[in-house]
Amino acid sequence: MTAGPRPANIAELLTHALALEIEASERYADLAEQMKSHNNLRIAKLFGKMADIEKLHVDHIRKMIERHGVKLSEPANYYWTSPEGPETTDPLDLHYLMTPRQALELARHNEARARDYYAHLATDAQDGETRRMAQELAAEEEEHVALIDAWLAKVPETDADWDEDDDPPFLQD
Amino acid sequence: MNETAVALNKPTPADYRSGIKPIWCPGCGDYSVLLEITKALAALELPAAEVAIVSGIGCSSRIPAYSSCYGFHGVHGRALPVATGLKVARPDLTVIATGGDGDGFSIGGNHFLHACRRNVDITYIVMDNQVYGMTKGQASPTTDPDWDSVLTPGGTGIRPFQPLVIALASGANFVARGFAGDPAGTTEMIIEGIKHPGFSFIQILSPCATFRPDQREWRNLVRPAPVPFTTDPSRAANRIMTDDGFNLGILYRGDRPPYESGRKSEPRDIDAIAEEFVL
Ligand SMILES: Cc1ncc(C[n+]2csc(CCOP(=O)(O)OP(=O)(O)O)c2C)c(N)n1
Ligand code: SF4
Repeated sequence: MTAGPRPANIAELLTHALALEIEASERYADLAEQMKSHNNLRIAKLFGKMADIEKLHVDHIRKMIERHGVKLSEPANYYWTSPEGPETTDPLDLHYLMTPRQALELARHNEARARDYYAHLATDAQDGETRRMAQELAAEEEEHVALIDAWLAKVPETDADWDEDDDPPFLQD
Repeated sequence: MNETAVALNKPTPADYRSGIKPIWCPGCGDYSVLLEITKALAALELPAAEVAIVSGIGCSSRIPAYSSCYGFHGVHGRALPVATGLKVARPDLTVIATGGDGDGFSIGGNHFLHACRRNVDITYIVMDNQVYGMTKGQASPTTDPDWDSVLTPGGTGIRPFQPLVIALASGANFVARGFAGDPAGTTEMIIEGIKHPGFSFIQILSPCATFRPDQREWRNLVRPAPVPFTTDPSRAANRIMTDDGFNLGILYRGDRPPYESGRKSEPRDIDAIAEEFVL
């Protein structure tokens, strides 16, 4: 995918940020539903929690938009080069038996990507105000990374036989 | 994305989703394809009531239920005859046929050839996972001959069906290959397929997380096709036949005029239509 132009000002940066956070939050909510329908309720709860965290971030960005009197611009010109937003989980990464550690590692990967994305925008920003805001957004993502790290410290390692299923969905001979 | 789209008064992918929650396995590529189709419809700003999604039977064929567009989840292998009939009767609709490789190339193989040949203006999206997912893991026409499984010990030993080159040889007017895990590229491909007149065929490599866990590797194998699409069918055939099945992109665009019925569709009274079917 070709990258669009980088956000040149606060309005574009916040439009990007809003799009990115909404996509991330909706995806976590979708993943929670998937896990619920396959009865992996622990992971459903975890993705539900991530969706809530992202929703709070959406509300926060909405407030920033209000505070700065920003008019939303055309969302098509995303700057990111990844297939979707840098904070969005790739649905192909899921497994119906995945463990809390694997789910948290996935979430950590997304949050770290979002942090790096904003940090990169801060480095590239043309004016001080846009730079400060990108740094602020990067710091918020860093808080999410730290939160997930704290969770990770509490969950057990993934067993080698994590994907073994006593009643697998395969048709047996 | 939705909020900015709403603020700009544009349709969003969510507008094309029904309230029904998909029951595909977590990690199934079909989730991404559903997203890509709804993103394409939103980008084209097509009213959901002017789009019909027609499918056969299979995991991938569940897509119409998950969309707010008109839909027909029909008979195994028969998505294309239904879609063709619908488009001929209602040329004003955007008609998309969807399904799996079993549905489209096995039981529906004959319809596939003739739909390409007829070149009616529909878009056919096949979620190719090289397996029958819904019936629990049998080999399909696109399965590699050495895929060893409980049901085909040692593999089928049979040369796989080559959908893209067969589509081309049969007269499809637009031929493309996408990957479920490439949302931006695949969405763009679907947009272009819908816009292109005539029969557009899009093969989307869509991993089956449950019966083909080996397909997780696909994300490391796919790459953009090294050259842009061609309008020359023999050149396209040569490229498709010599690639390894992982080149992504629009591969061929033809200019054959689409088949049209020549009959204007007039709105008709529903009771009058029902009467024609009274035995
Ligand atoms: C006439 C008929 N024959 C056989 C079946 C059984 N059947 C249901 S789905 C399917 C194949 C599904 O494979 P595919 O189209 O590749 O879709 P997937 O489930 O992999 O998405 C078969 C053989 C059927 N439903 N109807
Ligand atoms: S069986 Fe395979 S194709 Fe069917 S929903 Fe599960 S992962 Fe998808």
